[in-house]
Amino acid sequence: MANQTNSSTEMPNHLETATFDGKNKVLGFWLFLGAETVLFACLFGTYLALRNQSLEGPTTQELFDLKLVALATALLLTSSLTSVLAMIKMNERNLKGMVTWLVITLVLGLAFLVLEIYEFLHYIHEGHTFMSSAFGSSFYALVGTHGAHVTFGIIWIITLIAQAIRRGITTETAPKLFVSSLYWHFIDVVWVFIFTLVYLLGKVG
Amino acid sequence: MPTLIVLLVLALFLAAIFTGGYNKQFFERVRSSRTWDWLTTVDHKKIGILYLMAGLFFFIIGGIEATLMRLQLFAPGNELFVGRTFNELLTMHGTTMIFLAAMPLIFAIMNAVVPLQIGARDVAFPFLNSLGFWLFFFGGLLLNLSWIFGGAPDAGWTSYTGLALNEYSPGPGVDFYVLGLQISGIGTLIGGLNFLVTIINMRAPGMTFLRLPLFTWTAFVTSGLILFAFPALTVALLMLMFDRLFGSNFFDYTMGGSTVIWEHLFWIFGHPEVYIVILPAFGIMSDVISTFSKKRLFGYNSMVFATVLIGFLGFMVWVHHMFTVGLGPITNSVFAVATMAIAVPTGIKVFNWLFTMWGGEIQFKTPMLWAVGFIPTFVLGGMTGVMLALPPADYQYQDSYFVVAHFHYVLVGGTVFGLFAGIYYWWPKMFGQMLSERLGKWHFWTFLIGFHLTFFPQHFLGLFGMPRRVFTYQTNVGLERINEISTIGVAGMVIGTIFFLINIVYTLRKGKKAEADAWGLGRTLEWSIPSPPPEYNFAQTPLVRGFDALWVEKEAGNKSMTPSEPLGSIHMPSPSYIPILMSIGFFIAGFGFIVRGIPAAAIGLVVVFAALFLRSFDYDHGYHVEPEDPEKGGKE
Repeated sequence: MANQTNSSTEMPNHLETATFDGKNKVLGFWLFLGAETVLFACLFGTYLALRNQSLEGPTTQELFDLKLVALATALLLTSSLTSVLAMIKMNERNLKGMVTWLVITLVLGLAFLVLEIYEFLHYIHEGHTFMSSAFGSSFYALVGTHGAHVTFGIIWIITLIAQAIRRGITTETAPKLFVSSLYWHFIDVVWVFIFTLVYLLGKVG
Repeated sequence: MPTLIVLLVLALFLAAIFTGGYNKQFFERVRSSRTWDWLTTVDHKKIGILYLMAGLFFFIIGGIEATLMRLQLFAPGNELFVGRTFNELLTMHGTTMIFLAAMPLIFAIMNAVVPLQIGARDVAFPFLNSLGFWLFFFGGLLLNLSWIFGGAPDAGWTSYTGLALNEYSPGPGVDFYVLGLQISGIGTLIGGLNFLVTIINMRAPGMTFLRLPLFTWTAFVTSGLILFAFPALTVALLMLMFDRLFGSNFFDYTMGGSTVIWEHLFWIFGHPEVYIVILPAFGIMSDVISTFSKKRLFGYNSMVFATVLIGFLGFMVWVHHMFTVGLGPITNSVFAVATMAIAVPTGIKVFNWLFTMWGGEIQFKTPMLWAVGFIPTFVLGGMTGVMLALPPADYQYQDSYFVVAHFHYVLVGGTVFGLFAGIYYWWPKMFGQMLSERLGKWHFWTFLIGFHLTFFPQHFLGLFGMPRRVFTYQTNVGLERINEISTIGVAGMVIGTIFFLINIVYTLRKGKKAEADAWGLGRTLEWSIPSPPPEYNFAQTPLVRGFDALWVEKEAGNKSMTPSEPLGSIHMPSPSYIPILMSIGFFIAGFGFIVRGIPAAAIGLVVVFAALFLRSFDYDHGYHVEPEDPEKGGKE
């Protein structure tokens, strides 16, 4: 609503919540992340209930390689940092800086995805598939849903970079960029839980 | 796949025939038609009417299914609908009534009323509002198409696994359940999110949280429940889909899966769902009772507190649907205590309604009749609820008609009575015409008597040992007469509903025109603007100076609300065809998965993502309306 926008002559500090629509978008997205939390909580619960049902297939101890997963974790956590840096550049109205950091974020995200796909292929080779046991189903449902979120995030951020380059950093593009950054942090946090509850817990048994 | 192509071609032919053939002006004509206006609208008032019409349509379908079941149970050994057909009827009755009738009717009233009650010109996300409706609609359509495409789902509305897996439910029935509900569930989630943000961010100046009308409060808590409950259903349906379509093993115990996981996930969603459909009814009751008693709602703060507490406790009690699973005495006891605790805030509400009426100048208009009929009916359902909350007793009641009687007392006696009250109360605001009081009273009395005649005897059926979901019963065990009475009672509800439909048709043709303050007793902001409201709702955003904002002004001797801003041009969002396009994409994808036609499913998903891209790159700034001359600035 135009009449409720920030009417002060100075440029606002936070471009993403400078307009009323922007405020709505950011609040709405926080709430959406609340729903996503429940979604992942259900997947975690299912995984924790079924993680020992590996039947004849490999168990978690035999399967997981912490080195690879630690590398993936480092990549994804770093991408969260670069995403924050991009947001700082955005609020400085520095388009070039923002795009640079976003591209670095994307590259890190892609590297994470490549590692995950490699990991999955390796597991399938070991006989641990979506259909091999309840452990397999719940593992791929949880980690796969996270991977799908990363994939969607990458595509989304690419489209937003295109929009930012075309239209510049405005009160319209900024909320979109900001919520995509929130989304990126969220999938990062989920990964921290996956690393702990799937991989570390899987190693100790 | 061939079926799909045939249908597509048929649809194109029909479109060509009905529009007088394809020509150059075709798109122009489509764009300026009223149908196109309704298909692409983002106006919350129009979306409310769409929800209302779709909800009533599915309510009638679900009612027909119930009537057919009661006809089968009229006599022992009846052979009208036996075996699978009966199972399909009971599954579709439950699923339709909960997801496709109760939910959309609640969203209908929320859309029509909440923005007006908080003094807003629109909802926070008009686009998402429209998307939420179309997803619900196409999901419901998909679910009901199962009747003609290979059989309806027949594993009960709870669709417990074991039973709902391929092994025991071959055929596409349960697939329709899974994908239809998934699509409409996403729509509902989006709708709930929209109302949360609307109520938090869009309130008029002075409209603090503790000045919100109680219906808005319940809409707020219900939206929160939707937001946190529906993802559990999403996950459960996703897993069931994987198990049925892609050979995963979440619920297959021979492969290490667990059927109890379905029950947990389903009820983690399912129990909050019960409060999702009852809380708005509580809100409607509070507004209606206060209005027609001409009194401020008794104990407003405690009502708000009770609403929030019910919403909170609603998440803590799902295991009371699973007492007989065998989760252990400790688990059962904890959940039993939590369940009984809900009776406390609910009791607060009941007493507050009674105290609101106490000493008030009560006018028994139709909405008030529904509200007064609601109180004892709902209390009966609440009492049996506390009985069912006792695990040892529940071992006796479970899966019997006692449970059926209980939840129909709360869902019909609570939600449906509440929705009827709300529809009669706000119909003038939505359509600008008063529903006939005479027909409304006929509707109320026949429905009320029919309802009690149908469901009160079912308590005894249950106590005498008649199991639910079974299509027949034996002679000479004392069940015949009670079943006969129960079936005869259905006639009352059918006749009542027919009166209601006649009332709608009569009113749309020659109903009395409604004033802005249609009942002359309005207390809240929606009654301060014309009926039906202009597309921008409030020419000037009102300044709210207390609870019952309009009543405060009336008592101060003012004829209207004090504006909080000068007159000026008003920004409106543009209509959009993307929501319906995206929903059709989901529909095609769902249908593709059901018929195992992966290419069709892929095409559907491509449409969905294309719509997402269209939306993301769409920088439409809407248009402006001048409130002094709305005809010129309007879009028609």
